[in-house]
Amino acid sequence: MNLHEYQGKELFARYGLPVLPGQVAGTPEEAREIAAQIGGLVVIKAQVQAGGRGKAGGVKLAHTPDEAFEKARDILALTIKGLPVRKVLVAQAADIAKEYYLSIVMDREKKLPLIMLSAEGGVDIEEVARVSPEKILKQHIPLEGLRPYAARALMMKVFTDFKQAQQAATILLKLYNVFMDDDCSLAEINPLAVTPEGRVIALDAKVVLDDNADFRHRDWDEHWRDPADESQWSRLAREKGLSYVKLDGDIGCVVNGAGLAMATMDLIKHYGGEPANFLDIGGSSNPEKVTAALKIITNDGHVRAILFNIFGGITRCDDVANGIVASLKESPLPVPLVIRLTGTNEEKARQILSDFGLGATTSMDEAVQMVIAKAQEVAS
Amino acid sequence: MSILIDKNTRLIVQGITGRDGAFHTQQMIAYGTKVVGGVTPGKGGTEMHDVPVFDTVAEAVEKTKANTSVIYVPAAFAADAIHEAADAGVQLIVCITEGVPVNDTMDAWHKVIEMRGANNPLGKPRLIGPNCPGLITPGQAKVGILPGHIVTPGPIGVVSKSGTLTYEVVKQLTDKGLGQTTCIGIGGDPIIGTDFIDALALFEADPKTEGIVLMGEIGGNAEEQAAQFIKRHVTKPVVAFIAGQTAPPGKRMGHAGAIIAGGKGTAAEKMAAFEAVGVPVARIPSEIPGLISELLQRRRARKKNGAAKPAKKAAKPAAKPAKKAAAKPVKKAPAKKAAKPPKAKPAPKKKAPARKK
Repeated sequence: MNLHEYQGKELFARYGLPVLPGQVAGTPEEAREIAAQIGGLVVIKAQVQAGGRGKAGGVKLAHTPDEAFEKARDILALTIKGLPVRKVLVAQAADIAKEYYLSIVMDREKKLPLIMLSAEGGVDIEEVARVSPEKILKQHIPLEGLRPYAARALMMKVFTDFKQAQQAATILLKLYNVFMDDDCSLAEINPLAVTPEGRVIALDAKVVLDDNADFRHRDWDEHWRDPADESQWSRLAREKGLSYVKLDGDIGCVVNGAGLAMATMDLIKHYGGEPANFLDIGGSSNPEKVTAALKIITNDGHVRAILFNIFGGITRCDDVANGIVASLKESPLPVPLVIRLTGTNEEKARQILSDFGLGATTSMDEAVQMVIAKAQEVAS
Repeated sequence: MSILIDKNTRLIVQGITGRDGAFHTQQMIAYGTKVVGGVTPGKGGTEMHDVPVFDTVAEAVEKTKANTSVIYVPAAFAADAIHEAADAGVQLIVCITEGVPVNDTMDAWHKVIEMRGANNPLGKPRLIGPNCPGLITPGQAKVGILPGHIVTPGPIGVVSKSGTLTYEVVKQLTDKGLGQTTCIGIGGDPIIGTDFIDALALFEADPKTEGIVLMGEIGGNAEEQAAQFIKRHVTKPVVAFIAGQTAPPGKRMGHAGAIIAGGKGTAAEKMAAFEAVGVPVARIPSEIPGLISELLQRRRARKKNGAAKPAKKAAKPAAKPAKKAAAKPVKKAPAKKAAKPPKAKPAPKKKAPARKK
């Protein structure tokens, strides 16, 4: 789960990281109120999960509550990288003397948390990594944890002022606590800013939580998950335990297994079609899941044909066939359906489908070509 | 021959009384795997499919002389189950469970690696998974959830991050008469116990494996590392396939590790990495059997024609490339040392020079 900046800052504040006071607003009126409470100069920041918000006009300063109202209204009307801005963060503005970059990310290669630190903060770090990787300091955190001396030593390599290095080290130690205790895949502060008075603060927050750990963070779902962040169909998929990603094409696919689902999308593209989604129904194949999958695919976007690609290993093909039939009985499909299934109980499945007037192929290549042809027929 | 599991595998099932554990125990027994025991805390003294159930892995190992364990326990307890198996001296630990928090896997991974260190009286454990389908050695044993009916004994080693995609490709291989030594699913999580490199080293060392099919997917850089490893250390032909060519950036494609993050981990990069070292990349799964079959035939022809060549070859690698080859595993050690399935020899030290296809 990716947190919004305002959520990340709330999480940071829980762990005692220095963030400036601020609140999230969904309307210009709310923004005015928050600006009045904070007093003085405030910054209004679009809360969308996309980089380059500043360049897109999604970050503005406001001197008065009325100006905050106007700026918030402008920003709330924006769409940044395809994402409509529905919320703004109104926060106390800070004078910045210097900007740094600090993050902790799980390094898949070394299997340890990795600290990334750079004196080139406030900019797109991926760009820095590409153009001048030597400007990013990298250090792994051992399994035993991060020692204060190690945090200090690292910061002294980048900060010339000892007091600032000390503050930054404390921030790093707290960020490490966030990362470990709240099961993050990424905890990033960009910029880590130094004020003219020499105070080091977290001016931004980017946090990605490890979804696998949600069972031990009961608060995640209710506290961080914003219903408006996901479409009704993505939510249904999540609730039914389906892995679902919407794409732009017109050929819907329902597949068992993530790897096969990706390969199916690729194959659709290979034969000249465009996949409408990634959808993994998982090992289980109960009718409820099949029904939900078909409902999602037919409603979310503009699908012209649907492909079922099932490799029955542990999943039994007859279970899936029963699911398809049960689902179609309940709500007939508005678009053509191509079914490919092979493996365990394939013959039984074929019988169930043919009793219902449906055919099925065994070859994945053939099925993909068939579904593309059907989609083209519908289109013309 | 095979890697990691065979007729000598003595398996215990952690979580044997659970829904998945019980079902797959039956399937593994039906395939001919020697399932010697199961573990479910609190159910010790009972039986499941005529297999004795114990309260702890230590007791199960002591009573059954098990050398391999497969884990079907829920995600919240899976990492602990890995620790328990390692502490009990299990040599091969296969974690099927999906959804294990990455922090937990990190701890378990380091534990297993630490135990692989030189003088561990419990031997050198190896972890496969989590979030993997396990492995199967056709005609001998299966550990995990791979369907037994799609495999057949033969000369190809299969290694993959995926489950059903592996079944798909293995079936296509079998249908074309291309049997397998061992098929291993290493898992789709960001941190996994056995990586492509480890599996490649094992297949390279296995005398019966003549060619290798590798199936990767978007996310991370394990495929890029595998390509470099192949260049330096693998003499057998390899064919690669990468799933997720149409995957959008920033979206998790089912597997926890399958995500293009910060523009890194794309299928295009991975395909290019393999092509750069002369490993043919299948564009679509159905190309795989043809590609590997062709390479196998060429290799066999070369071997036949070049009976005199080995002498020449033997002289060459002694020089620079061998040194280079030796340097890498040392850096990666102890993880990258070939595992020791019962009776199998450790990975050979000799390394071929430049890779030739």
